[in-house]
Amino acid sequence: MRELALHILDIAENSISANATSIKIIIIENISEDILKIIIEDNGKGMDEVTLKRIIDPFVTSRTTRKVGLGIPFFKAAAEACEGTFDISSQPGKGTKVTAVFKHSHIDRMPLGDVVNTLMTLIIGTPDIHWFFEYQMNEQVFIFDDEPIKIVLDGLSLTEPSVMKFIRQTLINGIESVQSP
Amino acid sequence: MPTVKSLDDLKKIRDEALRKQQLKESQGKTEIIVGMGTVGIAAGARETLKRILELIENKNLEDLIVRQTGNIGLDSFEPIVQVAKPGETKVTYGKVTPEIAQRIIEDHVVNGKIVTEFQIED
Repeated sequence: MRELALHILDIAENSISANATSIKIIIIENISEDILKIIIEDNGKGMDEVTLKRIIDPFVTSRTTRKVGLGIPFFKAAAEACEGTFDISSQPGKGTKVTAVFKHSHIDRMPLGDVVNTLMTLIIGTPDIHWFFEYQMNEQVFIFDDEPIKIVLDGLSLTEPSVMKFIRQTLINGIESVQSP
Repeated sequence: MPTVKSLDDLKKIRDEALRKQQLKESQGKTEIIVGMGTVGIAAGARETLKRILELIENKNLEDLIVRQTGNIGLDSFEPIVQVAKPGETKVTYGKVTPEIAQRIIEDHVVNGKIVTEFQIED
């Protein structure tokens, strides 16, 4: 994966597979502290301690079609290649939280990439899940919560062209406002 | 956070879309499914889905449902796109680049002609 936004998409897919009904994606960029932090948190079925320790291993997966699960090991490796840290915490029945911290200025730190299309994929493609996105860049914050939108839509499909344009533009404007205040 | 003013805009969008829907017969909607497992993402599935969403937005294609799903189990054919039209067997396409996704939308979804060159057995 050449973008952090693709890792975010990949890890969020794990949350979906864990039957989460609510998934939070938080990106924090802090130039003065020289960190880029990504948190993906869900309220899915969670994992016990034994499984949690094992999932860092690429040869451990819940998938039945093949024996390799690369998403977590890849993301962990990406963070550690940038003098960063990687942490997963989980509780069975409560949920899982994945936190990756990168040294912002590190030469090997891959770009954040296309966050808008990662979010569009998740929000439009899995509308039954409550998506919450927070983007902090130094002092600026953008929060996107799809709940008020779904309340207004009152059952209208998110795949309606005018609705998708609205969501896309909201995300683009919000992210731009944070990146260039 | 979407502001009150923008949520008001959204309500207008919703009212207009509902009004249009009421004018159409309810036949069931065509569903487009894109695989988004780790292999799919690595093979470019997000860009494929991006093209599909852009076509829907720009050509104003209504009454479609787009879904993304985890690993479909056909890794060597990723990115995978499936088209399920009401009353028809689901068609699975493999190695779908954004350009091929465009053909699938234009030929199959809009005009009803399956793009057999990229069709794979499910």
